[in-house]
Amino acid sequence: MLTIILFAPLIGALVGGFGWKIMGEQAAQWITTGLLFLAAFLSWIVFLTFNGETQHIEILRWIQSGALDTSWGIRLDRLTAIMLIVVTTVSSLVHLYSFGYMAHDDNFGEGVAYKARFFAYLSFFTFAMLMLVTADNLVQMFFGWEGVGVASYLLIGFYYKKPSANAAAIKAFVVNRVGDFGFALGIFGLFFLVDSIKMDDVFAAAPKLAETNLTFLWQSWNAANLIGVLLFIGAMGKSAQLFLHTWLPDAMEGPTPVSALIHAATMVTAGVFLVCRMSPLFEYAPEAKAMIVWIGASTAFFAATVGLVQNDIKRVIAYSTCSQLGYMFVAAGSGVYGAAMFHLLTHAFFKAMLFLGAGSVIHAMHHEQDMRNYGGLRKKIPYTFWAMMIGTLAITGVGLPLTEIGFAGFLSKDAIIESAYAGGSGYAFWALVIAAAMTSFYSWRLMFMTFYGPEKGNHHTHEHAHESPMVMLVPLGVLALGAVFSGMVWYNSFFGEHEKMAAFFGMEAHEAAAEGAAADHAATTEAAPAADHSAAAPADAGASTAEAAPVAAEAAASADSPAVAPKGAIFMGPDNHVLDDAHHSPAWVKVSPFIAMLLGFLLAFQMYIRRPDLPAKLAANQRPLYNFLLNKWYFDEIYNFLFVEPAKSVGRFLWKQGDVAVIDGGINGLALGIVPFFTRLAGRAQSGYVFHYAFAMVLGIAVILTGITLFGGAH
Amino acid sequence: MISADMTTVLPEIFLAIFAMFALLGAVYTGKDATASMLTWATGAVFLALAIWIGMQGGDRVAAFGGTFVSDGFSRFLKVTILLSAAAVLVMSEAYMTRRGLLRFEYPILVALAVVGMMVMVSAGDLMTLYMGLELQSLALYVVASLRRDSVKSTEAGLKYFVLGALSSGILLYGASLTYGFAGTTLFSGILASVTGGASLGLLFGIAFLIAGFAFKVSAAPFHMWTPDVYEGSPTPVTAFFATAPKVAAMGLFARVVFDAFGGVVGDWQQIVAFLSVVSMFLGAVAAIGQTNIKRLMAYSSIAHMGFALMGLAAGTAFGVQAMLIYMAIYVTMNVGTFAFILAMEKDGRPVTDIAALKNYSKREPLQALAMLVLMFSLAGVPPMVGFFGKFYVLRAAYDANMGWLAVSGVVASVIGAFYYLRIVYYMYFGEETEALDGKMNPVLWLFLMGSAAVMVLGVVNLFGIEPLAAAAAATLVN
Repeated sequence: MLTIILFAPLIGALVGGFGWKIMGEQAAQWITTGLLFLAAFLSWIVFLTFNGETQHIEILRWIQSGALDTSWGIRLDRLTAIMLIVVTTVSSLVHLYSFGYMAHDDNFGEGVAYKARFFAYLSFFTFAMLMLVTADNLVQMFFGWEGVGVASYLLIGFYYKKPSANAAAIKAFVVNRVGDFGFALGIFGLFFLVDSIKMDDVFAAAPKLAETNLTFLWQSWNAANLIGVLLFIGAMGKSAQLFLHTWLPDAMEGPTPVSALIHAATMVTAGVFLVCRMSPLFEYAPEAKAMIVWIGASTAFFAATVGLVQNDIKRVIAYSTCSQLGYMFVAAGSGVYGAAMFHLLTHAFFKAMLFLGAGSVIHAMHHEQDMRNYGGLRKKIPYTFWAMMIGTLAITGVGLPLTEIGFAGFLSKDAIIESAYAGGSGYAFWALVIAAAMTSFYSWRLMFMTFYGPEKGNHHTHEHAHESPMVMLVPLGVLALGAVFSGMVWYNSFFGEHEKMAAFFGMEAHEAAAEGAAADHAATTEAAPAADHSAAAPADAGASTAEAAPVAAEAAASADSPAVAPKGAIFMGPDNHVLDDAHHSPAWVKVSPFIAMLLGFLLAFQMYIRRPDLPAKLAANQRPLYNFLLNKWYFDEIYNFLFVEPAKSVGRFLWKQGDVAVIDGGINGLALGIVPFFTRLAGRAQSGYVFHYAFAMVLGIAVILTGITLFGGAH
Repeated sequence: MISADMTTVLPEIFLAIFAMFALLGAVYTGKDATASMLTWATGAVFLALAIWIGMQGGDRVAAFGGTFVSDGFSRFLKVTILLSAAAVLVMSEAYMTRRGLLRFEYPILVALAVVGMMVMVSAGDLMTLYMGLELQSLALYVVASLRRDSVKSTEAGLKYFVLGALSSGILLYGASLTYGFAGTTLFSGILASVTGGASLGLLFGIAFLIAGFAFKVSAAPFHMWTPDVYEGSPTPVTAFFATAPKVAAMGLFARVVFDAFGGVVGDWQQIVAFLSVVSMFLGAVAAIGQTNIKRLMAYSSIAHMGFALMGLAAGTAFGVQAMLIYMAIYVTMNVGTFAFILAMEKDGRPVTDIAALKNYSKREPLQALAMLVLMFSLAGVPPMVGFFGKFYVLRAAYDANMGWLAVSGVVASVIGAFYYLRIVYYMYFGEETEALDGKMNPVLWLFLMGSAAVMVLGVVNLFGIEPLAAAAAATLVN
């Protein structure tokens, strides 16, 4: 079944991409889409019937060279299962949506076939992404990692006649290379230290790595921390975290379904997935985790500020994605991997829906993307409006405070903010809360500018605005279900009680540690839930204390006994109480994101519904700040100055001086000057006189004899 | 005893008797009228002998007190010599008939030269060596000036003879020095006397001997005769010069340095390496200035001998194997190329200016393509077989810690690629001036296409020549 899930998109991509000339574009579209729906259906079966036991399925042997032994394999655990449903569901819906969205495209002339190519790329992307999430070793993961990079490049630059699309595609590729370099170094480092790149071997060796020191860049580092940081740099590139985020907004040059699939729901979350997948390693890398929290929180804050002032509807959502990814990293860095995966799942639903909704709006408005030219659209495109409304309610986190009832984003985002608080980083907590307020503001700003108020911009366009066809609305509806319910359904699995979560992820429930945590709590904060907590596993708590003790001891020190990889999809160290702490965080912490959301909403309401003249005034008053945000903190300009221009001038130097002057000049000089000189010389020696020839022979003998006498025979 | 010795030299005896009977028969019957038939017959005899020798197996046999040796090495070379000689003979028949050159002496002289070559590669003694060498050379002097009424042809024959005499003198001087210091002319005896290092006198002997061989293989700086003789001789004779005698001389070269001086590899290695480098560069650089394709092929063969010598300079069994493979490939390429050159004519007169090839691909696309393949192969462009020949010798040199030699070989081959590619350029992109005309003789066509096909298809396994060459090399170097 897994093999079918994995290869159905590949077959679709190959058949659709190469075979459409034979069977026609329509058939290619149906085949790719049909195969993806099959994969999605099977993925849900896998997800719902999965029992938590990690399974390894080997497909074929891949590389065997020295100590390196790699095979193509599938690692099925809870993380994989989650990613399977996220990837295949969103991907199949995006395929379906593209039927409508890509039906007519002004970027291609009459009679140019592009649809089959588009669908093949989408399917290829899905295959690469599945390869990434099912990888059983790091090299296979890297293969998928690069595969999605290629697919992303192809799809961002899908409108290959647009220079801006090509530039964006190259930018995405190059910026990702920076991150991938870190990732590759991390893999090399692991292979160097562990002598294996199999996940299980790496996980088993993690405790040892924490005690190893490694020299890198002329300095000694703790191996676990160093590798954690290197892997995280890879994750930063893929997930567009601060400093490597510049490609994501530009990637909006691609068709909107691509933005929904790749740049919102799946590929950009690969970094989060990587950190969660490597949780057994990160648990032993506290400094790396601290860095993740810092970067994640900064990204969440930064992207939210930029999102406040953008006018392009897709860019607003892109910065929102960037910001939400920051949230996930904060959770992962705090050690609450479940919350990170939870937000990844819910975010995939509501963000894909927002993007597809935005695509529907753009479709209706004849590819107009500037929100200043929208307004009053809720009557014209009611279904899209309601879908966007649900998405906005989900992303801003609407729900009943202190309960588990609310839209998907409410539960997952609050879980992260509580985790951030419990993780002990005040900076992260406040950054996320403020970012939540800003999220609410820019999301509602988007809604108000698009669907409310008077019609702005081209009158003609507004007159022709029309609701999208059913193939585009059905995916919105399905995703809306996810955006509403996915939070409530899986809250306990991802972020609930320790035992439920352990069962969900197939972890060994280390009650010993849990009890210790509970005892701590009993002493310090709220006693009731903690007592409840230890009572939840009364029967085997005592029994497994003895069992768990050696595990802890082993994790701590043992060097002789063969290390065993921890069970389950994610691993939370015995000292990791953040999850429990998060559950017991004070009420004001739990309510804070809700308040932030309300503030953001009210502000947006005030500025865009009641006093629509306010934003312009504010922008005029605070011109420097407005420009600073509008220009995305001038990151592109700084990078251009620091990296792009110097690289170009080095390139120019090597081209003009190195290549043209030295290499070409040298070769030309040799070929046009020196060689012909000798040719003439040889020609002149060939005089035709026998005595010249005989003289040359005698001269040759003389040279040889002299040589022998001087160097050879004179032993 | 004598009958066993006779069995060993049976092929040579058979060929010699055939040549003498053919001479008598032709003189007393139709004279030149029999020439055509005789040419084909000689070719057939060569082919039969090649098969016969090729089928022979067995270990090293030394006849006549060790002065004549038959082993895997000699058999490999003899087959190569016979096949290439047969090919060239068959190719030249039509050409010579049309130009009234085909005298009945021609095939007989070639047969005698081949007998000489077979003796050369089987030599186990300095005297056998000299006998074979001179038998070959005398026959070649005569065929070089086959076109008696042409100034150029007689000049070629005379130059070759005078310089050949000089080289024979040098060789003989080396042989007498060797005899003087080793006390024997038998290779095995010389080998025994140099164990533990050769005296300076012996080294001088090697140097003179090598100079003599270098003249025969036309390695620089003993190459000066080559362009003039190649240009002056009738084209079929040039084709013959470029193939079988080169193989024989190279075989003789290897035979002497390993069989007689195998104990002091380090001493002669440097001389051979020197010859190799000078030949490669001279062949590459001087050919650039040539517009006559026969002179160009002369320099080309000089450069190729440089590469073959590189394999020898390695001084290892693998080096000899590489040299053998290189020679076999070289001969095949040259047969094809000369098949093409033989067909170059305008208004019934042979043309040798490469400018005449301009725009040739428009007129004869298939032949141009075959020529392209051959030129690429001569230049050593992968995946043509010629590349593998170069690759083997370069590897042999590199494995023998002569990296500098390998590097200079690569540089020289880059320079040399220019003039091969220029021919291709003319054929495909040149502005047409004086087009060639005339149809290609089917025999020539067959050899051209066959050779080109070998160059392409050989990439699979070199037609299994590799293990044969390895076995041959193993019998020489041990």
